[in-house]
Amino acid sequence: MSRVFTIPDKWKVFCSRTIFEITKLGVDSIPLVMIISVFIGAVIAIQMQLNISSPLIPSYSVGLATRDIVLLEFSNSILCLILAGKVGSNIASEIGTMRVTEQIDALEIMGVNSCNFLVLPKVVGFVLFMPVLVAFCIATSLFGGFGVAVFTDLISVSRYVYGLQALFQEWYVWYGFIKSLFFAFIISSISSFCGYYVRGGALEVGKASTNAVVSSSIFILLMDVVLTKLLLQ
Amino acid sequence: MIEVKHITKSFDGKTILHNVDATFYTGKTNLIIGQSGSGKTVLMKSIVGLVRPEEGEILYDGRDLMKMDQAQIKHLREEIGMLFQGSALFDSETVLGNVMFPLNMFTDMSPAQMKERAQFCLERVNLKGADKKYPAELSGGMQKRVAIARAIALNPKYLFCDEPNSGLDPKTSILIDELLSDITHEYNITTIINTHDMNSVLGIGENIVFINKGYREWVGDKQEIYQTTNEALNEFVFATDLFQKVKQYIIQNAHR
Ligand SMILES: Nc1ncnc2c1ncn2[C@@H]1O[C@H](COP(=O)(O)OP(=O)(O)OP(=O)(O)O)[C@@H](O)[C@H]1O
Ligand SMILES: [Mg+2]
Repeated sequence: MSRVFTIPDKWKVFCSRTIFEITKLGVDSIPLVMIISVFIGAVIAIQMQLNISSPLIPSYSVGLATRDIVLLEFSNSILCLILAGKVGSNIASEIGTMRVTEQIDALEIMGVNSCNFLVLPKVVGFVLFMPVLVAFCIATSLFGGFGVAVFTDLISVSRYVYGLQALFQEWYVWYGFIKSLFFAFIISSISSFCGYYVRGGALEVGKASTNAVVSSSIFILLMDVVLTKLLLQ
Repeated sequence: MIEVKHITKSFDGKTILHNVDATFYTGKTNLIIGQSGSGKTVLMKSIVGLVRPEEGEILYDGRDLMKMDQAQIKHLREEIGMLFQGSALFDSETVLGNVMFPLNMFTDMSPAQMKERAQFCLERVNLKGADKKYPAELSGGMQKRVAIARAIALNPKYLFCDEPNSGLDPKTSILIDELLSDITHEYNITTIINTHDMNSVLGIGENIVFINKGYREWVGDKQEIYQTTNEALNEFVFATDLFQKVKQYIIQNAHR
């Protein structure tokens, strides 16, 4: 652990590797995030409309409920569970393959601190880029709900848009971003750990990558409960 | 000069290396030979510090690796080049990127200088025009040569090669052997090569250490190996008919 969080040997190399990881882990995830968000956003809006259509509840509640669900849970916890599958398995299998093909030993032999060299740029890059993914997720989900309002007659556009703005609590946005940073750290560090300590061959790399996804998901869920208790009460 | 003194190493209670002593000389091609599974790779990894033996001393020109701290080991490793049994090239980098990698990490050269040096090393191993290829696009022999180029990029004082010619045809093996031998003499490097290829042993073996089941059985050079009376070594080196005949021929000629 302490070998990961030391000062990099060469800042120039570290920076260029971090940028590389941001592109690979972060930017390349944007399409997936957007596709999932637009559909889930639409589904949430439809389900809200179906479940709370009662004369006692104001009709703008659909927009409001969609917004809060997205801000509170979908754009961070659920998004990170999905990303744990994509990014986590990617990190674990990449580092694991480097381990079993002796590439990590080759780094060590050159005198490179392999932990620091491989893991730190991934953790830093992914944590830094996570808020951007969350922002994309929020925007596209709400846009998905908006699409439902426009293309169906379930909800009226003006009510939906009014609902989105009603009773807005800024803290919810911060809460989502803070949670996502923790989750990004969990995904990148646990997956790196799983990959780094692989012993054996290709079979074990596969197992490590499954382990990475399962353990990061569990830790995300645990952390979700803890952070929600701490931040929302 | 690298001196290894009574190294013992075990994995999960099973002793792999028993009290091994060996000396590897500067400017010579030092060979570690032995059957598959005899502990050659473990010995080599112990010498470079990737595996930590339970006991023993490993002296790099007098400096004991076992007593060094992290920073000193890191410093020492900048003087070491190593070729792994499976090449261990970085998949995500091109051939040129692989050779430039150590330069980029440990020197302050400008990109142009690094490229020049990397290209010089690639030329040295007879690999030109493959700069932009990725390791997966190369043949096994080419990968080995790229790995050699990467290992010599920083002008190492100590060069370790774990089976540089396993899985290669005899002709390419000889090329690689000659290359390693040339580099060793040209730059006065302490080169240690793991092998079970008899062609290499009889071709470039200036100092041969024979490991049998984790024990150091025999030490000598390629001339002495013909006269050896050591049974295990005889069985190992002259296992094939061809080498039996070669041996008899050489002995007969010597008596004439
Ligand atoms: N990390 C490890 N954990 C447990 N046992 C190991 C480990 N590395 C090597 N061994 C054991 O040590 C013994 C010697 O292995 P080593 O790789 O040194 O053989 P070798 O002489 O290099 O063989 P080859 O010529 O096939 O490469 C083997 O029996 C192997 O099972
Ligand atoms: Mg071996």
